[in-house]
Amino acid sequence: MTDFPVPNLVPLPVLLPLLGAALTLAFRRSPRLQRSVSIAVLAAVVAVAGVLVWQTDVRGPQVLWLGAWQEPLGISLVADRLSALMLLVSGIVTLLVLVFAIGQGQADSDEENESETPLTIFHPTYLVLSAGVSNAFLAGDLFNLFVGFEILLFSSYVLITVGGAASRIHAGTTYVVVSLLSSALFLVGIAAVYAATGTVNLAQLSLRIGDLAPGVALVLQLCLLTAFAIKAAIFPMSAWLPDSYPTAPAPVTAVFAGLLTKVGVYAIIRVQTLLFPDSPLQGLLMWAALLTMVIGILGAVSQSGLKRILSFTLVSHIGYMIFGIALATPHGTAGAIFYVAHHITIQTALFLITGLVERLGGTTSLDRLGGLAVASPVLAVLFFVSAMNLSGIPPMSGFLAKIGLLHAGIEVGTPLAWLLVVGGIVTSLLTLYALAKVWSQAFWRTLADAPYATEAAAGLRAGTLDVEPATDPATAVVVDTEPRTLPRTMLGATAAMTAVGLAITLVAGPLFAYTQRAASDLAARDPYVTTVLLQEVRR
Amino acid sequence: MTTTAPTLIESTLQPNLTLVLVTVFLVATGTALALDRSLVRVLLGMVLIGNGVAVLYLVISGRAGRAPFVDEDPSAISDPLPQAMVLTAIVISLATIGFLLALSYRLWQVSGTDDVPDDAEDARIQRLALEDQTSSTYDPSETSTTTSDELAEEATGVEQSDAEPLRTGSEPR
Repeated sequence: MTDFPVPNLVPLPVLLPLLGAALTLAFRRSPRLQRSVSIAVLAAVVAVAGVLVWQTDVRGPQVLWLGAWQEPLGISLVADRLSALMLLVSGIVTLLVLVFAIGQGQADSDEENESETPLTIFHPTYLVLSAGVSNAFLAGDLFNLFVGFEILLFSSYVLITVGGAASRIHAGTTYVVVSLLSSALFLVGIAAVYAATGTVNLAQLSLRIGDLAPGVALVLQLCLLTAFAIKAAIFPMSAWLPDSYPTAPAPVTAVFAGLLTKVGVYAIIRVQTLLFPDSPLQGLLMWAALLTMVIGILGAVSQSGLKRILSFTLVSHIGYMIFGIALATPHGTAGAIFYVAHHITIQTALFLITGLVERLGGTTSLDRLGGLAVASPVLAVLFFVSAMNLSGIPPMSGFLAKIGLLHAGIEVGTPLAWLLVVGGIVTSLLTLYALAKVWSQAFWRTLADAPYATEAAAGLRAGTLDVEPATDPATAVVVDTEPRTLPRTMLGATAAMTAVGLAITLVAGPLFAYTQRAASDLAARDPYVTTVLLQEVRR
Repeated sequence: MTTTAPTLIESTLQPNLTLVLVTVFLVATGTALALDRSLVRVLLGMVLIGNGVAVLYLVISGRAGRAPFVDEDPSAISDPLPQAMVLTAIVISLATIGFLLALSYRLWQVSGTDDVPDDAEDARIQRLALEDQTSSTYDPSETSTTTSDELAEEATGVEQSDAEPLRTGSEPR
């Protein structure tokens, strides 16, 4: 199984960004070189991930044992269909958000404002974040998964507090402490797993956990799930997210919203399917999914700030993915995987659009916004398409993803599954309501109708388009009424992100088939285990 | 699929009660500290929890033995894997704590206190509940915000939230 004509590409999604981070750190005096390195590296990651998707689909999972240790001892990187798809989607998202951030940085520095994303540290940190995400997707053992989480979390600490303004410090503090706690919990889980089984390799664990006493296995599962649930922002552990994400710079929020919670979801999918396939916790997961969906979306409905509305819909839609995982059928898992791919792209697109709204209207508070559809029709179209996509209007990918999940839920047919189906539909409608509110207030009505329109938007009212207040929140008292246009790079990246969301609709057939194959592999467990472990180790 | 692993574990893993008690003590103290309002205490709490978890890895590495060199008798050596893992974890938590220290210093710089501030949203909802209002998102007559936010505004003379000019503070961040 190891004689591939294609070289083993598995380590590249981790290595390339790390090397790129080192290079961008070395080139910190030359923003242009930094930009080219970052874009080249992330484009290469997308290409590699694309090849991996094809490779894993045609030839089965790919494995690499690092450092040539004797086999079950070393650290393994494994790419199966699920990992490869996650890598591809996350690669595309990080690349497009980088383009957006570069556009924003350039636009800001052109106007001699302090940049919202200081380029010198932004590029290395961003690339390390990408490496951490890739490492988490590829990790073949629990501890490497932990390391991947830590890499991405650490970069996210830096990115979320970038600039050091008071609001970001406040938000960052909560975020760091919550993440530290979840990491400690994850470490306890790993310790318990090692004590019970003598290994942390996922493939070996999948063979050994079945032999444990049910009580012990349950403790392990609860411990790991709680740690991942904090990272994925599942209901009782979701309160940190809407508080911390909205304060970060727009591109940072976008990439966090797209990727970080989904890494937690990925970990839950992996652990649930590989280690605990006959889980006694499915009922608990279903309740968690239902509460995440409903309470999250009720939070979104009650908010009046665009960023917070989107943060709450993010939490709410995590519930859909957990719903798919909790069903524990191949169809449910396939639906969850498809939903992850759809949701990463669409949530990122919406947060990028929010960044543009903030630039154009000077605020993201709905009470102060208005007339954006006139000010920038392109932006309005992008928002409308993305919002309809997220809330699941046919025929877009959001609709297909939800249909996939609901279908899987109806297939299972237990009362709880039916309850979740109803909850999913209600959540979808409430998402539509929340986003329609944004549309009618921020885009459709005239600015004069906005109850608390401020001088920030005076330029808009007076007909001078594209007014932008000071970019740095720390100094945002003085209103900068200099006319500004939306930078073409930022608008282009946002449009591309929205287009990727729509493209998922176009390739939905093949993609669904792919996720079905991925899910049946996960359910069978055998392809993963046989690829990773030698025959004699498996015995 | 045999049961080699569990039998292997049973023969080697003998939990050390002292270490377990140390873990429990550290994590319990750390949790108590982490629930405090002051960020420095929270930070100390996180340090203690981290150390408690590190000691847990000594518990799971079983009986202490000789240094795990190649060609050493496997039954006489310590299990090296948990130690490798916990070293990684210690390095990571060291870096995180360093970052958190810098963060709490910055918090003190911008707000003159190291108290973790009240959530502005919570305060708003509480006020609405007291006034028995059902839903209102913004009221320009109310300009109060959390104490530390006000202190911060006085101290730094700048506005708090993200790019919202003329923020009065009574709306969500």
